[in-house]
Amino acid sequence: MDVPGILTRSVDDAVVILNALAGHDPKDSTTVFEPFKPCALPDVASIKGLKIGIPQEYHAPGLSSDMKDSWQHVADIVENAGATVKRVSLPHTALSIVCYHVLCACEVASNMARYDGLEYGHRAKDESSTESLYAASRHEAFNNVVRGRILAGNYFLLKQNYDRYYVQAQRVRRLISQDFWNTFRSGIDILLTPTVLGDAPSYRWFSKADNRTRTQEQDVFTQPANMAGIPAISLPVALSSNGLPLGLQLLGQPFKEQQLLTAAKAIEQLVNFRALDFDKLLYCD
Amino acid sequence: MVVRLFMRQFQHNLIRQLKRYSKRAALKGERLESQWETVIGLEIHAQISAKSKLFSGSGTTFASPINSMVSFFDASLPGTLPVLNRRCVEAGILTALALQCRLNLVSMFDRKHYFYADLPAGYQITQQRCPLAKDGHVEYLAPDEVHRKLVLKRARLTQLQLEQDSGKSLHDVEMSHSLIDLNRAGIGLMEIITEPEFCSAVEAASFVRELQLILQVIGVCDGKMEEGSLRVDASVSVRRPSEPLGIRSEIKNLNSIRHLMRSIEFETLRQISILESGGQVLNETRAYDVETGETVSMRDKERLHDYRFMAEPNLPPLRLYTNDTVPNGVPSDQIINVDELRAMLPELPNAKRERLKKQYGLSVEHSNVFVNEPTLLECFEKIVANQNLQNVKIASNICINEVLAAVNKKNIAFSASNLSAESVGELVELVQDEVISLLTLRKILEVLLQDSSKLPKQVIEERGWHQVSNETALENICCQVIAANPKVVDDYRDGKTKVFNYLIGEVQKKLSGQSNVKAVVRIMKQKLDT
Repeated sequence: MDVPGILTRSVDDAVVILNALAGHDPKDSTTVFEPFKPCALPDVASIKGLKIGIPQEYHAPGLSSDMKDSWQHVADIVENAGATVKRVSLPHTALSIVCYHVLCACEVASNMARYDGLEYGHRAKDESSTESLYAASRHEAFNNVVRGRILAGNYFLLKQNYDRYYVQAQRVRRLISQDFWNTFRSGIDILLTPTVLGDAPSYRWFSKADNRTRTQEQDVFTQPANMAGIPAISLPVALSSNGLPLGLQLLGQPFKEQQLLTAAKAIEQLVNFRALDFDKLLYCD
Repeated sequence: MVVRLFMRQFQHNLIRQLKRYSKRAALKGERLESQWETVIGLEIHAQISAKSKLFSGSGTTFASPINSMVSFFDASLPGTLPVLNRRCVEAGILTALALQCRLNLVSMFDRKHYFYADLPAGYQITQQRCPLAKDGHVEYLAPDEVHRKLVLKRARLTQLQLEQDSGKSLHDVEMSHSLIDLNRAGIGLMEIITEPEFCSAVEAASFVRELQLILQVIGVCDGKMEEGSLRVDASVSVRRPSEPLGIRSEIKNLNSIRHLMRSIEFETLRQISILESGGQVLNETRAYDVETGETVSMRDKERLHDYRFMAEPNLPPLRLYTNDTVPNGVPSDQIINVDELRAMLPELPNAKRERLKKQYGLSVEHSNVFVNEPTLLECFEKIVANQNLQNVKIASNICINEVLAAVNKKNIAFSASNLSAESVGELVELVQDEVISLLTLRKILEVLLQDSSKLPKQVIEERGWHQVSNETALENICCQVIAANPKVVDDYRDGKTKVFNYLIGEVQKKLSGQSNVKAVVRIMKQKLDT
């Protein structure tokens, strides 16, 4: 789950970065050995013939009406452009966020154990003992969100809790993964879902609840891809009634980035979302 | 504080009493320890001889300048990931095969979390759930307590796993700071765990010696305990026979066989003294204090540790293949074939002992010595091959009882002595043909050890150390000795046969030890009995 993400202004740019990153890395033991064939997208991408799935469980509580409308709108557009659109079910979707929270906290607790201020990073002044130095450095330099995740993760990893939380979450993870496998095996090529519940919330609204509650609400659609280990891309498709961008997500099959990115480019071209042209704005009189 | 001191003194006195009691009991033919059984289990950490560390490319040279063998990964810099060292895996497999273990063709890596300054990542990568190998056993020689002979014993193993070594820390209490050297952090270790089935310190030590030898022979570990290449933790408990296992304490980081033995012996007596006085043994970690010869509690490690074991997410399962299961189309540098490695195993020490016994008719003790002294064995085998020896025993006796004894006295290894097979072979020949006596042989060895450029025959020539075998000359000397010692002769004729050796000794003295003893004995007997 501790993986890099690519953020660009167009699907073509995302392809450029992906081609530079993908493939076997001898210093990363989790990368596959098969040689990576760089993606090459046509100038005009077509969605004709693709089977697009709409997972019914993604009609989640809190989904804004703007987002619902955009989702429907794009589904119609792609159908008109020659794709087959079909309702599908990913029955374990609701469990995904909880599963993610357990595993994410465990990984954070473990991966952050190296921040002791000895080799690098912030080192506190309290040197009365190694333990107090560690405790002070980590308390001072981690904010409450990180500390909360570390404490939760360490709790889940305790011997008496490991089976009930960590192992159980891994079992649920397999179920989530299987949902996608089954869907793809039944003939669906790509899934189309919202990226988040609506447009970007205001900081004031966001800080009314604690971080964990908010991430539980907001991450529902995006972390299943991490749980299942499949490629996904989010792109802006319309403006909300507040004038802020709305994004939709496409989920693809493992190792079929070419197909996923072609579909993304096709949709990009079909919706013709008016991206801000900063250069024009900066240099126009 | 006062109570603790008092308890310590009380225990001291009790232990001293027990030792005295034990000595007295031993003299009476019974042993204190027969009222108590000791149960010992061992955890051995063997550093893998490899050019780089288990998960990173840093070097592993012993005694390198401080913090000079530390890669970004070893220092736990964010963004670094582990990459498994193939040579370390092969070493683990060779060891598992040599120790008769069952290999897990799929094994996993885990993180073991704890905070300590010599563990930069805050966790150690190890194999807890599914280690490289399970079970296994080692046959080793240990002195039988009753008959004082070497007997073959079998130690059962629980498992073998690969894991990272930690760095080293030095605590400067005065300045109240700690100094950390990460050179050792991340070096590959094999942890070998035995069943708790050793009954005495001597048994445990004999086993460790055998394991050390095996690891050296297969080339996976140099076994130098004094350099930290091999470390042993001993779990010790006592109980009355046929009672359930007692509470055990763990003695950590023993780095010599002598310390292993002494610490187990002390710990056994300490626990017996506690139990005999009605107390309870604490389940704790202890260290061995070399100065006092006692084990001491490591108070700060006493707290119960939950290591929060977690699967290592950055390493896929380790898969091993056999000739039957090697997949097609995968590059060979990604495949580890167990059958290929098995074919590379050299002759193991116990097999060698058996072979030497069969091939040369050697005793258990002698074959054991040769297995522990490979260069001496080489020398011995050359001699036996090159010469027409009627009696192989002469060669092995001379190699072990004379040559090895001589170099041991001088505190050097046989390989460092520059004694050649030719030299030793000549000595064997000379003794066999009764040209020199053993006393002369020892004198020649002294010379050769100073100056190895000469050969024995040369030395004899130069120093005139020929053995006197001339019958007439010997007869004359015998007559002289008989004449000079009338009282002794009378004693002998009266039946005190022991004084015979004194007379022989006198002959030897007159000939500066260069007499053919067999002939002298024959002649002297003849003269005395007439």
